[in-house]
Amino acid sequence: MFRDAGLVAGKDLRIELRTHVTLQQVLPFAVLVLILFGIALDPDRGVLTRASAGLFWVTVLFSALLAIQRAFTIEAADGGRDALRLSGLDPAGIFLGKAAAIAAQLLAVEAVLAVGVVVMYGTEVTGVPLLVATIGAATAGLAAAGTLYGVLAAGLRVKETLLPILLLPVLSPVLIGATKAFEAALGGVAADGWPWLGLLAVFALLYLTFGTLAFGTLLEES
Amino acid sequence: MEPAVQLRGAVTLLGRFPALAGIDLDVAAGEIVLLRGPNGAGKTTLLRLCAGLLPLARGTGRVLGHDLADRAQVRALRRRVGLLGHATGLYDELTVADNVRFWGRAAGADPADIDAALAGCGLAGRLASVPVSALSAGQRRRTSLACLLARRPELWLLDEPHAGLDHDARDLVDDLVRRAVAAGATVVLASHDLDRAEALAERVVTIAGGTAGLADGPLPDAEAVALVP
Repeated sequence: MFRDAGLVAGKDLRIELRTHVTLQQVLPFAVLVLILFGIALDPDRGVLTRASAGLFWVTVLFSALLAIQRAFTIEAADGGRDALRLSGLDPAGIFLGKAAAIAAQLLAVEAVLAVGVVVMYGTEVTGVPLLVATIGAATAGLAAAGTLYGVLAAGLRVKETLLPILLLPVLSPVLIGATKAFEAALGGVAADGWPWLGLLAVFALLYLTFGTLAFGTLLEES
Repeated sequence: MEPAVQLRGAVTLLGRFPALAGIDLDVAAGEIVLLRGPNGAGKTTLLRLCAGLLPLARGTGRVLGHDLADRAQVRALRRRVGLLGHATGLYDELTVADNVRFWGRAAGADPADIDAALAGCGLAGRLASVPVSALSAGQRRRTSLACLLARRPELWLLDEPHAGLDHDARDLVDDLVRRAVAAGATVVLASHDLDRAEALAERVVTIAGGTAGLADGPLPDAEAVALVP
């Protein structure tokens, strides 16, 4: 399973290295959203600073949608889905590999956005370990749930518009937990953020487990 | 020896609609069988059923000893078959070598198998490092064939394997098929290039309206397959 996951993640990241879709499309989009929030709320810089955690994670969520769509678009072209089914790859390995590749791309986007929030919104970082742990747990949850719903939507004709409708409500616990934990790490009391980090870890674990078990059926049936 | 393919009254589903009107088919291990019939007769559907990509809705079917009605057995079967279909399954963004390496390694091929597959399909050298998006249709077809070759399948299911290829590449396909069979593989192919395909095949099966019928091809050893009403 882990060998197959490495193979699939390596392939997806190699495609990213060749096409630069995350670098040249997802990342500029994310930075643009961050700037637009700044323009909209700049008259009251206090609001911008207080809302920076939520704005960061809403931007990450939008960026995640693009990354997930992309991850399954490359499989939809020229019979890729059937080729995957015939490949002999463990479906759980495919799930973990695609989730890992999405997570790696999101981490790169989040690193740039974190710098952007500090520089543009004037946010103060008071809890670096909590910040890093939150990014790790939330990204794992986003990638796992995104991969699961991505394969579900990929088999449908209206996948481009259906994925956000399916996925965004499911990801609301990540948005809430990550925002609360970030608020604690960005100028708040770090101790208040750890319980929210626990919620994020449970969410990620749940979707990683469920995805590992259900991905094969979804790949076959959807 | 158990047949490589044995279908009895097989019906599959395309979406919610039944396809293949109760087909009977036997393919012996090591045999090269040509499926022929008009467009829409069900040749591609039959190949996809044999690959385990379509469900067996009615009847019975065993391919390489795996029961097509058993999901776990179908998954095991897929590792042992290679399907060359209309779609190539290639990633446009990756190079020829990347694609063959990925699909080969997915099936457990070692680097020597992958290099041999590239060389065997005339894709070694400069062409190996060209992105698939820059290839001609014929070169894509050869890359797809190299992916299949790297997997070393026991059952080759070839849907129009000569389509879009030049004369030399068609000869290459025929040569690869003959070598695969000599190495113990079984081949079922569907083709409209009848002169070439019939020269390659040991037996012809005609499909009309989703039913494998009388094998009325020109081969002297053409065999009748039960016609299901």
